[in-house]
Amino acid sequence: MENFILSGALNQINGRKDSMLEIKDLHAGFEGTEIVKGISLTVNKGEIHAIMGPNGSGKSTLSKILAGHPAYEAMGGTVTFMGKDLLELSPDQRALEGIFLGFQYPVEVPGVNNAEFLRMAYNAKMARQGKEELDPLDFDDILDEKMKLVGMDSKYKDRSLNEGFSGGEKKKNEILQMAVLQPKLAILDETDSGLDIDALRVVANGVNKLINQDNAIILITHYQRLLEYVKPHYVHVLSKGEIVKSGDKSLALDLEAQGYDWLTPVPK
Amino acid sequence: MKTNTVPKPSVSEVLENKDDYKYGFTTDIESDVFLKGLDENVIRAISQKKNEPPFMLEFRLKAYRKWLTMKEPAWPNVKYPPIDYQNISYYAAPKARKKLESLDEVDPEILKTFEKLGIPLEEQKRLSNVAVDAVFDSVSVATTHKKKLMEHGIIFCPISEAVQEYPELVEEYLGTVVPVGDNFFAALNSAVFTDGSFVYIPPDTVSPMELSTYFRINTEETGQFERTLIICAENSYVSYLEGCTAPRFDTNQLHAAVVELVTLDNAEIKYSTVQNWYAGDKETGKGGIYNFVTKRGKCLGKDSKISWTQVETGSAITWKYPSCILMGDNSSGEFYSVALTNGHMQADTGTKMIHIGRNTRSSIISKGISADYSSNSYRGLVKVNKSAANARNYTQCDSMLVGEKCSAHTFPYIESANSTAQLEHEASTSKISEEQLFYLESRGISRENAITAVINGFCKEVFKQLPMEFAVEAQKLLALKLEDSVG
Repeated sequence: MENFILSGALNQINGRKDSMLEIKDLHAGFEGTEIVKGISLTVNKGEIHAIMGPNGSGKSTLSKILAGHPAYEAMGGTVTFMGKDLLELSPDQRALEGIFLGFQYPVEVPGVNNAEFLRMAYNAKMARQGKEELDPLDFDDILDEKMKLVGMDSKYKDRSLNEGFSGGEKKKNEILQMAVLQPKLAILDETDSGLDIDALRVVANGVNKLINQDNAIILITHYQRLLEYVKPHYVHVLSKGEIVKSGDKSLALDLEAQGYDWLTPVPK
Repeated sequence: MKTNTVPKPSVSEVLENKDDYKYGFTTDIESDVFLKGLDENVIRAISQKKNEPPFMLEFRLKAYRKWLTMKEPAWPNVKYPPIDYQNISYYAAPKARKKLESLDEVDPEILKTFEKLGIPLEEQKRLSNVAVDAVFDSVSVATTHKKKLMEHGIIFCPISEAVQEYPELVEEYLGTVVPVGDNFFAALNSAVFTDGSFVYIPPDTVSPMELSTYFRINTEETGQFERTLIICAENSYVSYLEGCTAPRFDTNQLHAAVVELVTLDNAEIKYSTVQNWYAGDKETGKGGIYNFVTKRGKCLGKDSKISWTQVETGSAITWKYPSCILMGDNSSGEFYSVALTNGHMQADTGTKMIHIGRNTRSSIISKGISADYSSNSYRGLVKVNKSAANARNYTQCDSMLVGEKCSAHTFPYIESANSTAQLEHEASTSKISEEQLFYLESRGISRENAITAVINGFCKEVFKQLPMEFAVEAQKLLALKLEDSVG
């Protein structure tokens, strides 16, 4: 398949050492139903990949399987992240290895203070790296800086995690977590959904500030409008659990113009 | 087929406290224990042992005779085999050579015991901002900071001592909030109680420190019947803390306490409990404390306030309804509760808010967490008398279920005889959410820490009512119940 060749070629060009995530013939699903039906994808350092596709194409299943959601199961294939078998790791271990999932629907956790939660997550990372954990005062300095970066009001520090946040604030809070944790690979699942244009700009701006040569991003999205602000190097189209087309960002524009119908999985 | 995640402990496994009860040891000391059984002679003997004035003996006998006519309540949502009240010893005390003048005379084994429990009593080690009355089986063994409190006119002493030293105060208030015949267990307590704490805060006084009593059951076949009486005079304030532990025995011990609080005009009592009695074997349910307790406060004066905060994490069976009688106009009552049950524990707990005065207010926040095979019931009564114009109540009961075999129940009763009353009730039952746990875990937070965070979050409204040290203690206690099991 085309995408296979493209990613494979890039991998060779960039050299093996820069390969971060390698998904090979991944089959996965939910309650025994296979939804992802043989996806292969390689993501290297410094790359932004967009995965697009209609509802039900397997985009969210892919993101959840990568983050380790307990309700989803891998039914075949392999996922290697930084040389490790990702599917063998628990969700917190995956996070500590550097994977971050920006949730489509961030979860509300009543009574858990947002700043305290962020510090807990930050310190888990510090502990893993053998660095000193930060007390609330020291962490507060970092948090202030990151909140500024993603354009978030400091009043959200003392709120319960996502509780009663507007859709836009929830998504900003996801990007804030990404900014605090500085993952190697961020998978942003429909981060643009439910955002008005101003909020979208703020969120996209935050993402752009966090991109560098050492990390990578997978943007999962239904629409191409996010891609006007965050420019992907590659666009993959997912349909019925398979990648049916890969290309550069012009593919996203084609999709916008023509819809998804002209793309169907290659018959086996 | 390969599953997405590596095997992980289920939430109930994490909550398991197989070996988390670090207070299950016994102290080997010589005790003075009465033979088992109860009759008027035993009551006379207790009264004599305590060298009590005649009014106390009369109080006890009246209660005993009332008790004989009463039946154990059958309405709580708990099950246990019949208790043989003749197979309990009603008095156990560490053998003391004479009346103790100072801590130096306390049996070092007892001091060691309390130190092991985190309650150092010795002068140089004791907590500087908390005065402690340490009750060991049936008697108070030590009270710290007594002198300093006395400088403020605050009386803080074992109730047995108060009966001797301040008989007029005791006689005036004892049994006025919980009458001798109030209920089966209160009647029994009134007949046989042996010790507990007494607090009197004089008018216009804010207690300079937290007062606390630490209860320890040590002897196997003894009941603990402590009695606490707290009187807070006009314009005064006290915060009082209570903690409890017991050794691990295969038999059940009965703990039937009575606590009475009285606030006069514009006074406030804040009463906090962290209860961690031994809950019985987690697998078989064998052993553990029967915690049948009557706690009630009377807001006698106008503008007065009584606030109950409880964190219940132990006992095989809990039967307990810390209540407020709001007599004074504009008085208010509060009840904040976290009840965690696991293993085979059963809890039937809640509160009663009785509105009598005008403009009285009450609020009830109850958080129940049930795990394993346990049963957790909230039972509450909000009663508005005809006289209580403009009474207001807000009730919120939330239950969280952990696992498939536990249960949560809510029994709210509302009786209103005044049409100006405003009563609100909210209730919810939820399962600990895998989505919440996954969200936290996906940020690198371990499953144990995620569970602790979610549960502490669920209980936050209650924990924030606790004095700082106690809040930390309560969170640690929940964490401890989680931690040791994961290991």
